[in-house]
Amino acid sequence: MTDPLALLASHGAYVVYALLVGVGLFVLVDADSLVRKVVGLNLFQTGVFLLFVTSAFRADGRAPLLSEPGPYVNPLPHVLILTAIVVGVSVTAVALALAVRVYDEYGTLSESAIEEVGR
Amino acid sequence: MSDLLALLVALPLVGALLPLVLGARRPGLARATTAALLLGQVALALVVAALVAAGGPLSYVVGGLPAAVGIGLLVDRVSAAFVLLVAVAGAGLYLGARADATGPGDSLWLLLVAGLTGVCVTADVFNLYVFLEISGLAAYALVATRRTGTAALAALQYLLVGTVGATFYLLGVGYMYIATGTLAMAELRPALAAVGYGSPLVVAAFAFVVVGLGVKLALFPVHAWKPDAYAAAPADVAALLAALGSTVAGYALVRLTFDVFTVGFLAAVPAARIGLLAAGVAGVAAGGYLTLLQSDVRRLFAYSSILQFGLVLLGVGLATATAVLAALVLLVANALAKGGLYVATGTLARDGATTVAGYAGRARDRPAVAASVAVALTSLVGLPPTVGFAGKWLLALAAVEAGAWVVASVVLASTMVSLAYAGRVVERLYLGEGGDARVPPAATDGGADAGPGRRAVATVAVVAVALVALGLGSTLLVDWLAPVVEVWI
Repeated sequence: MTDPLALLASHGAYVVYALLVGVGLFVLVDADSLVRKVVGLNLFQTGVFLLFVTSAFRADGRAPLLSEPGPYVNPLPHVLILTAIVVGVSVTAVALALAVRVYDEYGTLSESAIEEVGR
Repeated sequence: MSDLLALLVALPLVGALLPLVLGARRPGLARATTAALLLGQVALALVVAALVAAGGPLSYVVGGLPAAVGIGLLVDRVSAAFVLLVAVAGAGLYLGARADATGPGDSLWLLLVAGLTGVCVTADVFNLYVFLEISGLAAYALVATRRTGTAALAALQYLLVGTVGATFYLLGVGYMYIATGTLAMAELRPALAAVGYGSPLVVAAFAFVVVGLGVKLALFPVHAWKPDAYAAAPADVAALLAALGSTVAGYALVRLTFDVFTVGFLAAVPAARIGLLAAGVAGVAAGGYLTLLQSDVRRLFAYSSILQFGLVLLGVGLATATAVLAALVLLVANALAKGGLYVATGTLARDGATTVAGYAGRARDRPAVAASVAVALTSLVGLPPTVGFAGKWLLALAAVEAGAWVVASVVLASTMVSLAYAGRVVERLYLGEGGDARVPPAATDGGADAGPGRRAVATVAVVAVALVALGLGSTLLVDWLAPVVEVWI
């Protein structure tokens, strides 16, 4: 088994990815407030984005400008994640709009309170 | 001619702007435009299907880039069938059942059709994620078009669960990309084999893809969004989502499992097959049990979908040619039956009946609707001469051929359970007393609903006829799908 600190130094991004996904999913399941659930969803998505971006890394890689000498980092994951971020922003916007409507209707964002009121 | 593939997605996607712009000033024109676009989509789908029938699969790479880096579109016989299903259901339910059409609502309807068509035609796994999210966002917003707190809450829960599903799928795509360095389905197939099916990366990728699509399919235990969303949505939206939403995710699961990971993967990783079969059994058991507890008919039909998708998963898990054909036929059968049933619940809800008990004696006032509901339920149970029977027969046959006795008995048990819930609804409709004690339709709705009411009855009847026609012609459907499935397996 390698030294955990050395592993953290060399694979820190993967540790952060695992933490973000885990914390995000936990908040999503555990939180009572609907807005906090949306925040958990965002954390979860950000973790996945980080995994993609990390996969583009290479030692001594530069920005992929053809006028510069290589080696380049892989630009494709960055492009994919730009798309995924746009998707994530749209989802968040719709989620918050729905949360506003839930609040207007029930006067609370707490899931347990809404359940008590009865649907 | 392969440019038509790009049009399949572009027509509803770009057209979705029109009703939004026209809706505020010229609502009539907006509705006519939406109807014309949806009918145009049906025509396009028919032309594409005819071209595929004549000359084999069509493919197209957006922007003319090489397929490995560009975004490819591909339509073979299986995708053509689902593209046609999406187009016909989108247009049929719009013309036949759409009530309270608004400009923005019609835009969302078109976006949903565009997203679902995209999932069916794409040959790129990341592109599939984007289309999954386009259709998902349109679906969440459509559920929330009924302006009640319940609808907003159900839409938000649906969004949270649906996005988690899509993100898990994206995670699977990430693992595939890290393992192979490509996203094109045709390139992934040999690349995944070269990496080795036992590689943890490949196994994790498969697990994440199945979990992600499983959420969209509402497999047990991530099924709770479905009854909430379908019960809270307006009847026309519930019909569209019940017909197409999970069906297309089911198509994506079949496509990825057999066209990207291939049966070689399933053979090399027995845990993957066992997981699929276990999820299928759990779906059948949970869906079947929960249907028996429901009093609200819309929730009952949603749980019936959970049972049906459990059966589809059993077909995928068995992974023989007959079983995969069974899964595809069951997807089509469930889509048709559920579309019709939710239109019927809308019609009966206008008369004030939303529960199984409330359906008592409705056949006397609504003979056509009741008869069609009975036919659709017959198909869900899997009795001849409907298309549901063809699907279930193939699945049972595949299970027996594979010697999978547990699966075979689960299929038979599912028929018993389906008979129990379907029998309960049909018995109430025809034999229940209390047709006179019904709540009269609200006076304000009477005038406005007369049109959609008649159209809806016609739609439900057409669905019932289609279920029987496809059942009698099920060999044609199987022969259409079989060449592609036989290449996979």
